[in-house]
Amino acid sequence: MRPTDSFDFAGNVSRALADRQLRRNLRAAMDTLIEKRNSVFPDPQETEALRERGAAIKRRALSRLPALLAQLEEKLTANGIQVHWAETTDAANQAVLDIMRAHGATRLVKGKSMVSEEMHLNPFLQRHGIESMETDLGEFIIQLDNEPPSHIIVPAIHKNRDQVARTFHEKIPDAPYTEDVEELTAIARRTLRRKFFEAQVGLSGVNFAVAETGTLCLVENEGNGRMCTTVPPVHIAVMGLEKVIEKLEDIPPLLRLLTGSATGQLVTTYFNMISGPRKPGEKDGPREVHLIILDNGRTRILADPVMRETLLCVRCGTCLNHCPVYTRLGGHAYGFVYPGPIGEILTPQMEGLARAGVLATASSLCNACEEVCPVKIPIPRLLRRLRRDMAAAADTADPLERLAWKGWALMNRVPLVHALALKAGALLGDRLPAVGPLKAWTGVRTPPRPAARSLHELVRREQGVQNE
Amino acid sequence: MKHPQRYGKVYFFGTCLIDALFPQAGLAAIRLLRRHGLRVVFPPGQSCCGQPAYNSGFFDEARAVALRQVRCFPEDYPVIVPSGSCAGMMKYHYPELFAGHPELETVRRFSARVFEFSRFLADLPGLRLEDRGAPLKATWHSSCHALREMKVIGHAKSLVRRLANVELVELQRESECCGFGGTFAVKQPQISAAMVTDKVDDILDTGAAVVLGIDCGCLMNIAGAMEKRRLPVSCMHLAQFIWERTHETN
Repeated sequence: MRPTDSFDFAGNVSRALADRQLRRNLRAAMDTLIEKRNSVFPDPQETEALRERGAAIKRRALSRLPALLAQLEEKLTANGIQVHWAETTDAANQAVLDIMRAHGATRLVKGKSMVSEEMHLNPFLQRHGIESMETDLGEFIIQLDNEPPSHIIVPAIHKNRDQVARTFHEKIPDAPYTEDVEELTAIARRTLRRKFFEAQVGLSGVNFAVAETGTLCLVENEGNGRMCTTVPPVHIAVMGLEKVIEKLEDIPPLLRLLTGSATGQLVTTYFNMISGPRKPGEKDGPREVHLIILDNGRTRILADPVMRETLLCVRCGTCLNHCPVYTRLGGHAYGFVYPGPIGEILTPQMEGLARAGVLATASSLCNACEEVCPVKIPIPRLLRRLRRDMAAAADTADPLERLAWKGWALMNRVPLVHALALKAGALLGDRLPAVGPLKAWTGVRTPPRPAARSLHELVRREQGVQNE
Repeated sequence: MKHPQRYGKVYFFGTCLIDALFPQAGLAAIRLLRRHGLRVVFPPGQSCCGQPAYNSGFFDEARAVALRQVRCFPEDYPVIVPSGSCAGMMKYHYPELFAGHPELETVRRFSARVFEFSRFLADLPGLRLEDRGAPLKATWHSSCHALREMKVIGHAKSLVRRLANVELVELQRESECCGFGGTFAVKQPQISAAMVTDKVDDILDTGAAVVLGIDCGCLMNIAGAMEKRRLPVSCMHLAQFIWERTHETN
């Protein structure tokens, strides 16, 4: 699903909610992820202290982001890693293409990277005659079905085993139909193994970039990340500019928070620390390492003292897992790359309020996301701020709604108007015509029924209550 | 938190939903406080905490209404609010809403005096709840802001457990939002409907005769959805439930 100008969120919601298989798959998967997270964060006080620390580290890094990025570039360059700056996703795509062309490369293997999704790198490379192969198992599955990820961490989570079995059988030449997970994994492994050796370039994301040492850190479980970053002769890493952190010391708490929040693991199977290309005399590793640092609106977000907290995100995806809305819709309904609560605050800022502001309304502000966020992003507060911005901007404001709130404010400020409104409500009872908000309400509910006497009236009749 | 017994007098903020739709819940809360010997003051100029506009992004309108409430409760008495959501708004969001405004200090002093009703009641020393009602199976809905902002669910449920004839059966997904979310319910009606439908199914699985809670927004949402399906389960604010089971003419 590529973002389109006619983003039909309501239509997406209808389709997602009607898909019973999708809702069963998601509910089961989110329950498992929540349970696993709880198992590695058993002590609320310790968890809170760790989250405080994670938030402090990321806040400190954001507060001196330009200096840290300059330091990172200097250290990376000294380590032999070539740094490319990309203001837009177009520029980032072009940088990947230029590097590939310089090597006459036509085949690329990819580790999991949300920034590359943000760039829509795969279709871009395809248009330029380059084969781009996803090697993360989840990404591999959805690439076969030509679908975007539906989750930041577990991109094929919307599918169950039977659906994967059918996809493999239909899309991979000579693959037999099997629902056995080990056999399915073996089929993917056989297909991918060959691709790792054929590719001239490997691409990966970055979880943390350490300014102090010029080290790129990559967290993964399948070993495909290590293959992508070590087997092909050229490694290209892509990252958003908010991924930089100050020092190596910052890694342990952040890593603990990231893996615990994302998959409920104390540690992942692989943790790669990339500090440069193959050195003379070394027998393995890529001969060239590049880092593309993407802005794509991030410096604009950074400039806003409130909204900048969006950039604290470490992309663990736990806000999705705990979100009652995401659990019912899955990621595709959100229409853009980042779904769930983090998408609700990030996408409208990246794509503009007119195009994606509707996502900020897709939250009941239940605070479940804020409660689990490993770096304490105040997502509900940022959603309110986006709603305020929408109410204030000419191209997103609803004049009727503004009028309604003006009336509401009058009623709740002037006691006489308030008393009259209560009386009118009591007299009308539930006989108001079901239009507008009331129509939306009564789809699955009976209308609210105002009491014959308001609390104000009951209190006046109650002996002994004082009305100072 | 100051010790509640220090105050002979408390203010009561009824909330707009209780005022218009569930006044018996507000009256019951007032009676419970008075039965314990507190003098209850109900300023008649009060209306709504302002949260609906605040959550919809209309901060100026919310601020104007919020200021009206602050001015209604000038004395240094605790302000008792029978809703986790409204209490959270008044306690934690008012100072944020007034940041950079001249009224901030006044607002802060007000916010420091805000207490959610069930916790205030549970913390009252020497509170006695003699259950005079028939044996009953009840379940509990943890409203989001009572749970995550005011953090009073433990106190509220402890009150239910003190009712000798009430069996409390917990929901499978007690901490999941019911889908109310104020204007969310009408701005994203499909998602909200899916959420409340699941909540009602969870309630049915408990076999309880009544759902208890401390936020009338959620209760209106859940009760409306159950009534639409003609289900024989009632929804009640905790204050009303306790009062009806413990007052002497029962």
